[in-house]
Amino acid sequence: MDLHFTGALPSKAERQIVDAVLGAPSDDWHGGEAARARRHLLLPTLHAVAARVGWISEGALNYVARRLTVPPADAYGVASFYALFALSERAPRVVHVCDDIACKARGADAIIAALERDYGIAGSTPDDGATTWLRSPCLGLCERAPAAYLSVAGERPYARQLGGVDVRSIGEALRGGGERVFPSTILPQAGDPGLRLLRRVGVVDPSSIQAYGAAGGYQALRRALEIGASGVIREVSDARLMGRGGAAFPTGRKWDAVAKEPERPHYLVCNADESEPGTFKDRILMEEDPFAVVEAMTITAFATGADYGYLYVRGEYPLATERMQHALDEARRHNFLGCDILGTEFDFDVEIRRGAGAYICGEETSLFNSIEGHRGEPRNKPPFPVQKGLFGKPTAINNVETLVNLPDIVMDGGAAYAAIGTKDSTGTKLFCVSGCIAKPGLYEVPFGTTLRQLLALAGGVLPERRLQAVLLGGAAGAFATPEELDTPLTFEGVRKIRATLGSGVVLVFDDRINLGEMLLRIAAFFRDESCGQCVPCRIGTVRQEELLARLKRREPLHSLQDERTLLAEVGAVMRDASICGLGQTASSAIESALAKFRPFEGAVRA
Amino acid sequence: MIAPERPLAAIGTVSLEIDGTDVRVPEGATLLEACRSLGIATPSLCYLENLTPVNVCRVCVVELEGSRVLVPACSRKAENGMKVRTDSARVRLSRKMVLEFLGSTVDVSLSSEFAEYARRYGAEPDRYGAPAGPQPLGARDAAVAGHHHAPAGDVAENVAQPVKVDNELYVRDYAKCILCYKCVEACGADAQNTFAIAVAGRGFEARISTEFDVPLPDSACVYCGNCIGVCPTGALMFSSEYEMRRAGTWDEKRQTKADTICSYCGVGCTLTVHAQDNAIVKVTSPLDHDVTRGHLCIKGRFGWKFVQQRPIDGA
Ligand SMILES: Cc1cc2nc3c(=O)[nH]c(=O)nc-3n(C[C@H](O)[C@H](O)[C@H](O)COP(=O)(O)O)c2cc1C
Ligand code: SF4
Ligand code: SF4
Ligand code: SF4
Ligand code: FES
Ligand code: FES
Repeated sequence: MDLHFTGALPSKAERQIVDAVLGAPSDDWHGGEAARARRHLLLPTLHAVAARVGWISEGALNYVARRLTVPPADAYGVASFYALFALSERAPRVVHVCDDIACKARGADAIIAALERDYGIAGSTPDDGATTWLRSPCLGLCERAPAAYLSVAGERPYARQLGGVDVRSIGEALRGGGERVFPSTILPQAGDPGLRLLRRVGVVDPSSIQAYGAAGGYQALRRALEIGASGVIREVSDARLMGRGGAAFPTGRKWDAVAKEPERPHYLVCNADESEPGTFKDRILMEEDPFAVVEAMTITAFATGADYGYLYVRGEYPLATERMQHALDEARRHNFLGCDILGTEFDFDVEIRRGAGAYICGEETSLFNSIEGHRGEPRNKPPFPVQKGLFGKPTAINNVETLVNLPDIVMDGGAAYAAIGTKDSTGTKLFCVSGCIAKPGLYEVPFGTTLRQLLALAGGVLPERRLQAVLLGGAAGAFATPEELDTPLTFEGVRKIRATLGSGVVLVFDDRINLGEMLLRIAAFFRDESCGQCVPCRIGTVRQEELLARLKRREPLHSLQDERTLLAEVGAVMRDASICGLGQTASSAIESALAKFRPFEGAVRA
Repeated sequence: MIAPERPLAAIGTVSLEIDGTDVRVPEGATLLEACRSLGIATPSLCYLENLTPVNVCRVCVVELEGSRVLVPACSRKAENGMKVRTDSARVRLSRKMVLEFLGSTVDVSLSSEFAEYARRYGAEPDRYGAPAGPQPLGARDAAVAGHHHAPAGDVAENVAQPVKVDNELYVRDYAKCILCYKCVEACGADAQNTFAIAVAGRGFEARISTEFDVPLPDSACVYCGNCIGVCPTGALMFSSEYEMRRAGTWDEKRQTKADTICSYCGVGCTLTVHAQDNAIVKVTSPLDHDVTRGHLCIKGRFGWKFVQQRPIDGA
């Protein structure tokens, strides 16, 4: 492939940054299959440039594209897909301030208004040119809402999530403080003897492989190696473990299909992109119990015949990324990863890939494209990932929480696991409780616990407040009313109230909250996060947001009845004709709210 | 042991049911091909025989028994025992909405097939409100992924913007772009292997672009015009046609088409020469031609500018 480039050249520094990732250019560095096969390094290389320079210039992009034999127009298409990459000069110090639903419920709007007053609108840069602030969708820190994410580009790049922020602490972060504001994780159940998935969270040192071993770690891997790959799959099938990433697909079935595919190699991908508004469970698992994620991935790889794995972590999760990297390094050092694991002939290793600000990249096929260095656009299915997944090979892809169930299933057996919870929803489930609630945080309860019981565990709504609504499953989920609190939290139970458990979001809104504004934020979220590939979602999310804006201003086009019909038809085409789950669920919470509440009181009657 | 050669018929066909009628099609055929073999009119916008299906427009969706969502006929392969419905209320609604969404967002005035579909499905693009005004040149190209201004909802957002005129051979009028990906495929692996253009940005701000939106002469473009050949809406247009349309002299009723073989090299591409008032106005190539599959190079596509004795655009 003969590539053509514009005259824009990289600076010396940009060239060095790229070479540091890709190695020094050798004589044959442009062209050839070998170079093209390295396209998957596109995203990591763009990350390196962004982390050091703060933005990606035309010269830098040309150089990256040339080194990887990717057409520059294509590379631009990839870089411009991600919200975290700036393609025009941007201040090196950026505070991304969450204005999404859980943070809104906790005062984000007032913070945003104050920032606009004191520092100018989002994206403006004061005279020194060194700092700026931006709005952000949910940062996965909802239990400590309102939240922000600080990233500082430079020689020594720095990034941290900031919980419980106010105008003052954001101001400090903008001015150069903030580095010391370490997250203090809220772990309401820490140490509770009944816990399974969260057993070690907040109790065992997440940086120590010895501590992990002393707390029972790596027994399950040993046992898995004893009972063999098919033995592990049998236990997982007997456990009736369902995926926790949102789609609730039977894990045993998925693994069995991958294991049986004759084509090699097989890949394992752990989906840690966690970007569904209101979700923060995978972050806490990775930050507080990283070795469990590594061990679970290793068992999964063994069962499905994968010899290489990727952990795709959300770009805004720096602490989780660091702790997972440390755990992987330690595991490798102790022969829990690498060649001949624990003296057997089983080889397996894991590489971390970072997302760059795109909710859609949590969709499995979009995630594969993202790793491969393409735009994060979902693929057409069939073929399914078990047949043609990452790099076109059979791939098992699972959510972090799904995998962390593994050690217990292997140790106790599938039958014992299936005895917990209900017949169709086995085991325990993590719920991300946030919003207008006394003790927001991550809670582990057996399936079948009612919504009322869960809210009581989290301290209930604040004094003097009345419960208005609970959003289950996130922006892609649906609302429950106060009358529906006795619904058991199971896959089948919430279906009866036309909801889903999704990723385990339980976002509580009390009577102070303007639900209509929340719906507008959800509509804006989907409009921002649509990949843009298919017409129903690319344009439907825009029309849906416009329509809600009219309802909020009480200025319907034509009649209210027409608006209601239009909203239903927009929802129907998105649900029926979109390529992927994003478009298919983009109207779900909104339609559910309009069916159960009167969010635009005075304008629309449910 | 040597496997016996399989008779062709055994790998040959699959049978399925469409709108209650049994139909047999060759293995590997799509539902769209199956529908068309039955004479069922099925709209398509992003599909073209000579390109890999991208199934993004969703106007061809059909109802497949057992599938939660509708499936794109253009890319879904027919399988034994499938039961397909092409005219259910769900299918009709989805098709109508796709057409309304595009019609309320994009200038589709030059697409006769679009007008025909819109009529057939009763699409009313006007019910989303008055169209928003055009954005200045480059505004959509500067959009940042994941950020947009909250709308008031009083006007329907669209992709209206000025035409990009940056070379002498063709113009890019992205106000007419339905983002069907055809030009990207034609410029890339499906034909030209030049990769001068790609989809950039995300969501409603997704757009066809060169790197950093540089003008075509700075990009890898070799002016083969293959992207023009596949564009269904006139977003990509020969400068000759664009100028004549602006001058009000473009008149397809007065045009003739004649096939000839390109004389520039030994490949032997078929050229369809479109002429009006005794002057060549554009050159296309038939999609079903076994050499070109509709694709040409700069010489065949634009060479007539040099053959033609008199300058047509004052050059
Ligand atoms: C728009 C969208 C976003 C998604 N985001 C995530 C995510 O962040 N994490 C995740 O595990 N699954 C996510 N999923 C679901 C994945 O596609 C996939 O079903 C899941 O990773 C499978 O793992 P599981 O079977 O263990 O649940 C998303 C799906 C869609 C449609
Ligand atoms: S539904 Fe939305 S996110 Fe999914 S492929 Fe279509 S445009 Fe992209
Ligand atoms: S004219 Fe040819 S090279 Fe130029 S953009 Fe179109 S297809 Fe690509
Ligand atoms: S320019 Fe034409 S061919 Fe290219 S995506 Fe737009 S409508 Fe399709
Ligand atoms: S961190 Fe703000 S909504 Fe989740
Ligand atoms: S023609 Fe099938 S999706 Fe466009």
